[in-house]
Amino acid sequence: MFAIYKKEMRGYFTTPLGYVFIAVFLAVSGFMFAVATLQSGTSDVSGYFQLMIFGYIVIVPLLTMRSFAEERRTRTEQLLMTAPISITSMIMAKFLAAFTMFAGTVLVSCIYYLPLFGYGEPNVGKAVGCLIAMLLIGMCFISVGIFVSTLTESTVTASIGTMAILLGFAVAAIFNNLIDTYFIRYILNWISVYSRYVNFTNGIFDIAATVYYLSITAVFLFLSVRIYERRRYA
Amino acid sequence: MTETSEEMSIRMIEINNLVKNYGTKFAVDDISFKVGKGEIVGFLGPNGAGKSTTMNILTGYLSSTSGEAKVGGIDILENPNEAKKLIGFLPEQPPLYIDMTVNEYLNFVYEIKGCKLNRERHIAEIRQVTKIEDVKNRLIKNLSKGYKQRVGIAQALVGNPPVIIFDEPTVGLDPKQIIEIRNLIRNLGQSHTVILSTHILSEVQSVCDRIIIINEGKIIADERTENITRVVEENRRYSLKICGPQREIQNLLQEIPGVISVELTGERELDSYTYIVEAEKGVDIRKPVFYVLSEKNYPMIGMEPLGMNLEEVFIKIMDMGR
Repeated sequence: MFAIYKKEMRGYFTTPLGYVFIAVFLAVSGFMFAVATLQSGTSDVSGYFQLMIFGYIVIVPLLTMRSFAEERRTRTEQLLMTAPISITSMIMAKFLAAFTMFAGTVLVSCIYYLPLFGYGEPNVGKAVGCLIAMLLIGMCFISVGIFVSTLTESTVTASIGTMAILLGFAVAAIFNNLIDTYFIRYILNWISVYSRYVNFTNGIFDIAATVYYLSITAVFLFLSVRIYERRRYA
Repeated sequence: MTETSEEMSIRMIEINNLVKNYGTKFAVDDISFKVGKGEIVGFLGPNGAGKSTTMNILTGYLSSTSGEAKVGGIDILENPNEAKKLIGFLPEQPPLYIDMTVNEYLNFVYEIKGCKLNRERHIAEIRQVTKIEDVKNRLIKNLSKGYKQRVGIAQALVGNPPVIIFDEPTVGLDPKQIIEIRNLIRNLGQSHTVILSTHILSEVQSVCDRIIIINEGKIIADERTENITRVVEENRRYSLKICGPQREIQNLLQEIPGVISVELTGERELDSYTYIVEAEKGVDIRKPVFYVLSEKNYPMIGMEPLGMNLEEVFIKIMDMGR
């Protein structure tokens, strides 16, 4: 498993992909950070994170689109699947590699907070809570991306498919105030990654949301394993 | 098949009643065979016969619909990780990470196979037997087809697995490389059990101890190579290229004792025509043909025995089985 993790990490940096991801991530997040805090004259970073959820919809598929689609297209998956390693560890290795890239870049982007201390008194506890929520949401999104990548041979299809699903997740509850039925609103709220995040913006570390994010991750990773196992029978 | 030597009783590969179907299409239809230690077995069959499918099942890449596949006595479905450790596999398309150098790639394979050997020395040895030493630091994507194929073979040898499975190892190589790869396989056969697939008859004849012929998902012959070779050599057809008037020459050839038929191929160059001559079994017509023609002063500028194509071999072998 460690061998595949290492290979993936090297893959991000021996191809332009990793650099493109980091560059786009930092450019988008830098811009959003400036808009949400400095230009709005606030040291509250929760609005920035709220914006970033939408940024991730476009950025995360960059990390995951290749993971399995590429292996399948170039037939290298045959090497992995005939090697003495389990499908679960293969998928976990790829997931962890993508998450390492994501978390690493998120941590780098923490530099942004430093200037805030010069202009106001940022609430550090709340920012840390939001940051943890971001990592959890990242996990969720990456698992969705990995799942979609196992479904196709084409990296383009994988990235667009991932974006579509993530967009669905994120905006599920956005039209809620237009819906009369409480039942539907409740369900959409339940699904929405975005609504789950609200408590974090109020400085509450929401255990239920944490469990929700982790469960979504687990479900999609499990589905990826199943897809691979099923493919052997197809 | 009767087992002759003691080695054969050690079963490295055992396939029993293997079936793989996609809906109503049977890719592999009730195949059974066993391969002993140290044997080189050739899988022969036209494209789409089920060779690759059988190999993919044996290596654990695909699952069978029913039946069992065992490697070194371990069932590939029940205990995949143990069974896979015993196999080195070169799929039809070599599974290469083109963004890695040859060395990086071999090291990666070494790691995912979980090998516990002297890494440096082992990989250097493999580079040497597959003759890829001089490209070890080059990116795989920049290598020629022949080198890529050899890196694919090198990959299968990593970890020194007792069973080696090659799916069409010589496809796309030039004649010199083909000979090198065949020599390599023959050498491997001394210490490994090797299965290779091909649709070229002469290839299995030159490297394999035993030939399994597959067509439409079924085994139609499982014979020692000598037996198959004998069948193939019964064939007495020659392609002759002779200068001179075609009608007269055709008649002359027809009159030679032992000649069954003379056909014109329609191929001509300047003043020569090409004839296909079929002779009776057990009669060598080559000398009489020469004398008859030289007497009439019609120079023969080419003679070559015609090989059988795979379909003809199939028919012959199926007849032989009856």
